Amino acid sequence: MELAVLFFLTSGLFLGWSLGANDAANVFGTAVGTQMIRFSTAAIICSLFVILGAVISGGGAAHTLGRLGAVNALPGSFMAALSAAVSVYLMTKLGLPVSTTQAIVGGILGWNLFSETRTDITTLTTILSTWIICPILAAVFAIILFKLVDKLLKVTRLHLLRTDAYTRLGLLLAGAFGAYSLGANNIANVMGVFIPSSPFTDFSVAGLFSVSSTQQLFLLGALAIAVGVVTYSKRVMTTVGGRLLPLPPVAAWVVVVAHSLVLFVFASEGLEALLLRAGLPTIPLVPVSSSQAVVGAVIGIGILKSGRTVQWNVLGSIGLGWLATPILAGILCFVGLFFVQNVFNQQVYRPIPYTVSDAVIGHLDRAGVPVAGLREHTNRSYGSAREFATVLDGVSDLTAKGRDRVMIAAEIDEMLVDISRFAELDGTWLTHDQLESAYSLASESYRHRWQLAEALAAASPDWRMLEDNRANKAHNKDLGKKLDSLYRAFRKLR
Amino acid sequence: MAPARNTMFAKNLTLFRRTKALESQIDDFLNKLSQSALVFRRAVDIYLAEGATAEFEEKLSQVNELESQADKLRRSVETQLYAQTLIPESRGDVLGLIENLDSVLNLCEGGLWAFSIEKPDIPAEFHADYRALTEQVVNTVESLVLASRAFFRNIEAVPDHMHKVMFYEKEADKVSTKLKKAIFATDLPLSHKAHLRNFVEHIDNPADKSEDVADRLAIYTIKRTV
Repeated sequence: MELAVLFFLTSGLFLGWSLGANDAANVFGTAVGTQMIRFSTAAIICSLFVILGAVISGGGAAHTLGRLGAVNALPGSFMAALSAAVSVYLMTKLGLPVSTTQAIVGGILGWNLFSETRTDITTLTTILSTWIICPILAAVFAIILFKLVDKLLKVTRLHLLRTDAYTRLGLLLAGAFGAYSLGANNIANVMGVFIPSSPFTDFSVAGLFSVSSTQQLFLLGALAIAVGVVTYSKRVMTTVGGRLLPLPPVAAWVVVVAHSLVLFVFASEGLEALLLRAGLPTIPLVPVSSSQAVVGAVIGIGILKSGRTVQWNVLGSIGLGWLATPILAGILCFVGLFFVQNVFNQQVYRPIPYTVSDAVIGHLDRAGVPVAGLREHTNRSYGSAREFATVLDGVSDLTAKGRDRVMIAAEIDEMLVDISRFAELDGTWLTHDQLESAYSLASESYRHRWQLAEALAAASPDWRMLEDNRANKAHNKDLGKKLDSLYRAFRKLR
Repeated sequence: MAPARNTMFAKNLTLFRRTKALESQIDDFLNKLSQSALVFRRAVDIYLAEGATAEFEEKLSQVNELESQADKLRRSVETQLYAQTLIPESRGDVLGLIENLDSVLNLCEGGLWAFSIEKPDIPAEFHADYRALTEQVVNTVESLVLASRAFFRNIEAVPDHMHKVMFYEKEADKVSTKLKKAIFATDLPLSHKAHLRNFVEHIDNPADKSEDVADRLAIYTIKRTV
């Protein structure tokens, strides 16, 4: 790996470190602050499970973040992560319940703005709505859990000391679960921006299991989080743990479990598949704020226990966090990118060109998008998403959804099916037929991603998307990820 | 990985075993207090009927023994609570509770020692009232023991016992006031009167202390249920 690459990753590692230093306190803060668990025990468990969670189930939430904006040049990723890390640091100084999630979203939006890349509004609304749902859901979970535990304690009539011993064990287990969920949900914040420009390649260990480039990135990020936990979280745990949450141990346990459940449901692909199979509505896989989940859970218990009115100043500070963090990160990122580009002469983004060729028109026509208004713009090239979007503004018969499809179809992403790059593909993940059909396209070139997808679909039924309904959602999603790995392998400009 | 998990598991098992041992030590301690109160009543009965006989001395040494056992248990419980950083939230409260309960026991012992050393001459006309006073005092201590047990095992039942502590203590006060008035209404020499009054107080002391402990216990209970 080049030294420069490693340098650019450092901002992500810094972000990971500050996440570890701050958010580990959400998981183990009360337990350590109230002396229920020793810090050394908490740090070891927390580090271990953050790493496991990040590597095993970190992918789900990262995918959503990737859709918001694919930062496609390492110096750009560096700046997005750095601006997020600096924002987290500044907001922590101000004492606001800060979230790395909101910071990194701001950073990505800043990059989108600077590079004139299209922001996926649907994804953005999904992410924004989960920020509001997250603390509410945490409060609901906390209320339900608290009622159950309270009932259980009354029925079992445990000795004070026995309750204490069980709570201790419970805090340890809940902390492990919380750390796992934190790793799974928040690793996307730390390393998500580096995925499109990842310097790693997939490899498999003795043919037993394969480690994707994303997982290697996540492992690196998780190690940074672990270092943050070990080196700095003790201070945060002992001060914040006692001050923010003056709760009895059993209530503290409820808070940790509620927080962990929320992070888990927003990260688990397994849960999503389960909900799909059961025919229930699924939960978007989005990185959410661990701190705000904790605040939500505490408010839930507050409502339940004393019937006191909601503390509006706490809610106010959450709202301020929602607003101020992404804006600050966005501005920092935009300004920073300007410097990196013009002072240090680094390419902070790879411009994404667009063209409306006859092939694109044909593709859109087949998909049922009205193309009449587009014809006058055929065979012209556009240098950026913004430029192309201005053109599309003049096309009157396009709906918002149709517009998105035109943007995706017209995006130029030059690819060559290069035999030598097959080594980067994961042979155990793709089916035999899928690999064979990809081989059959050797030496072919494509200008658009959908062209490769269509060629593959024509070559093998294994590459065909199924009808878009609930039952097929998991299959199509998996296929989409496999296609993404092919795009990454065969892309000409990397 | 596997051995590490095994030791962790083993550690938890020992944690629960130690917890169990500590629970039974606290129970034991409360048993000692309750037994001392019962022996206290028996000893006063014997003294009033027969004076400081060998049987009375035997009861006194029984309370002595119970007191020193209770002291050992108290120290052991206190050390473990702090050495193992158990119940960090209620540790101080439990410590305060146990020490105060121990001083109730000490007062029972002290009263009997006073009988043994000073051998008061109690006229027969007062015997019934001394017995009634002892009865109420023992009831107070017994209720306090129940309230304390509930504090550890069933916090919601604490008030059920607490009001009895208050009730019996009030009764004991009434009897002691009545008895003191009666003593000072007689023609006995003042020194004798004063001596008799002292013994009313020796018997009543554990009840007064019990009330103080109950007041503290009420606060500890509120702290734990809020």
